[in-house]
Amino acid sequence: MKYALLMAAALAIATPTFAQGKLTVVTATEDLASIAREVGGDRISVEAIARGYQDPHFVEAKPSFILKLQRADVLIVVGRELEIGWLPPLIQQSRNGKIQPGADGYLDASLQAQILEIPTGQITRAMGDVHPLGNPHYWLDPENGKRIAKEIADKFSSLRPNDRAVFQQRLADFTTRLDAAAKGWLAKMAPYKGTKIVTYHRSFPNFAERFGLDIIGYVEPRPGIPPTPQHTLDLINEMKRQNVKIVLVEPYFDLKTPNSIGRETGAEVLVMPPSVGGVKETSDYFKLFDYDINLLVDAIKKVGAK
Amino acid sequence: MRTVRVSCAVVAAVALLLGASTASAQDSPQALRQDIDQLRRDFDALKQQYGERLAALEAKLAAAEGQPPAAPAGAAPAAPAAGQPPQPTAPVPAGAEGAGGPSGALPVYGAAVTGSKVFNPDIAVIGDFLGAAGRNLTDPQPSLEMHESEAAFQAVVDPYARADFFISFGESGVDLEEGFLTLTELPGGLLTKVGKMRAAFGKVNGLHNHVLPWTDRPLVTRNLVGGEDGIDDAGISVARLIPNPWIFLEATGQVFRGDSDELFKASHRGDLSYVGHLRAYQDITESSNIDLGFSYSRGHNDAAVTDTMPDSFTTQLYGVDATFRWRPLQRSIYHSFVGRTEWIWSRRDQLDALQKASGFYVSGDYQFGRRWFAGVRLDRSDRATDASLTDTGGSLLLTYWPSEFSQVRAQYRRTNYALAESANELLFQFQFSIGAHGAHPF
Repeated sequence: MKYALLMAAALAIATPTFAQGKLTVVTATEDLASIAREVGGDRISVEAIARGYQDPHFVEAKPSFILKLQRADVLIVVGRELEIGWLPPLIQQSRNGKIQPGADGYLDASLQAQILEIPTGQITRAMGDVHPLGNPHYWLDPENGKRIAKEIADKFSSLRPNDRAVFQQRLADFTTRLDAAAKGWLAKMAPYKGTKIVTYHRSFPNFAERFGLDIIGYVEPRPGIPPTPQHTLDLINEMKRQNVKIVLVEPYFDLKTPNSIGRETGAEVLVMPPSVGGVKETSDYFKLFDYDINLLVDAIKKVGAK
Repeated sequence: MRTVRVSCAVVAAVALLLGASTASAQDSPQALRQDIDQLRRDFDALKQQYGERLAALEAKLAAAEGQPPAAPAGAAPAAPAAGQPPQPTAPVPAGAEGAGGPSGALPVYGAAVTGSKVFNPDIAVIGDFLGAAGRNLTDPQPSLEMHESEAAFQAVVDPYARADFFISFGESGVDLEEGFLTLTELPGGLLTKVGKMRAAFGKVNGLHNHVLPWTDRPLVTRNLVGGEDGIDDAGISVARLIPNPWIFLEATGQVFRGDSDELFKASHRGDLSYVGHLRAYQDITESSNIDLGFSYSRGHNDAAVTDTMPDSFTTQLYGVDATFRWRPLQRSIYHSFVGRTEWIWSRRDQLDALQKASGFYVSGDYQFGRRWFAGVRLDRSDRATDASLTDTGGSLLLTYWPSEFSQVRAQYRRTNYALAESANELLFQFQFSIGAHGAHPF
């Protein structure tokens, strides 16, 4: 009798795993992991490869990532060649047919998003590390967040048709909450529309467009090329001429040049995370905008420049 | 009294309003009908105008596409037959029409093929320019040399495989450095490669010249593992991850024809060479990790001088390699350290006696700026054919990266040769890559 009870208990625990198990999701960045979590809830387990405080262009292709990819049902990538330096060899060695580019478990999150800075005409590497398919930092716009979430929900639904209703319900809920939050963010930023800023790398075009900032220059002379003295001097003069008082720096760049620009121009240098996990306060997609917008608004108020 | 007057005024106002509204209601049907008629006439006129314009546009479009213009009304549209795509066309250049020249639209040749260009492989070319100064009588290198131009062609073959070709052009002559098919979807988690490839013996043997942290290859691989090219042969490779709850563990087995420079030589079809490799990898923290490898290789050597004793001479190699990497994630583009070492033992059958040679290198590379690396390497190795002769050496290196796509390197190298005078050399290297963005080495 005791035995039978034990057996029954074991069966009861074991049976759910016979049904469709949790989807194992691996994402390239923590931003995508956060959105996937919003959509998938407890029906998925999700892990990101790159940390938010790490330059997503230069992630190391560690074998431990191969193990993660080997077990994945879905791989969600940022796309637009952001991961070109490290993801292809990992996918190739994953021995996982489900997540090869073009297979059902491979999702490029950029396909429906609004992509800026798609180069037209002749491009060469003399322009630095240009992304021929457009700027891959597109997730920093809540509108794109919704588009990414929809793509993810559709992908999850096609792989787990039984949970379609759950995913679509969670997507609708996420969209509603994001719309409400975005209204608040826009309202907060509205008084500072047209504020001129400088950023280190071209990580914030979508953010600037959505929240009405005017990026007049970059600390990098060209994408991926570290600052040069001449360019820094030109930038300082331009900032003085246009009275630019804000410099945004991603957490993974050296602050030496931005700080000296700040000293010369009186500008506020902000370490502004472009990604979830960039600083510990930005633990999900909502908090990322909360943090960045508060940081910006406080700084703009402080320097009093518009 | 006052209230009465007010109420009277209100009543009067209401009455007036009511009267007005009924009056307008009385003469509205006529006005409305007139309005509607006018609108209808206007609409018909518009419709006709647009219809005519549309027909004209359609005719123009059809002409541009090389189809007979569709009749403006009534006639069935001249659609191309199913399965027969419309021929792409171009307009006749201005001024060429009439005058005996062609008229109508001209077909465009090659247009159908341009679409298939998207399936062209990713192409990259990597240049490796080497210079040397100083004196070396044992292993002289040219003063200036375009050492290698490597062309890489890489693409996915079909849903089951991808192909990689690396063709190495010297200043004279071409060599297929690697050319293999990778089957990504075999059952059992087997990663299978077929073709000519660098063998998975140790670490350095598998690396192309342009991803080495030095301008040259260590003494131990030059003396014991087949010179500059190393074990690079035609064969089949199978690699499998060994599942376990603790670490990354990968076992690789490879079979080759048995020809690798001075190391292996196949005089019969059966003289195959074999390579086995076990790789263990573990993250220590998110910024540091350790990578261990154990290798074995066996093949027939060139010690047999006649056909009377064909298969009796073999070479066996044993190797151990260890790599420690440190790269703080948040400052990953500015600082890093890689320490590596490889130890190799060789057992070579020869006419005189079994030669038991061994050797190693230890090296460290520290990145101290976004573009700057400093390195050091210590070398020691016996000679494979005479283990009593031992060469030793040491190198200091400085590397500068203008960008991800180019690199300048200087190496001071001292080599103490067993039988000749020591060599002090300054080697320098320019490396540059064009074309597709390759993966960063790890």
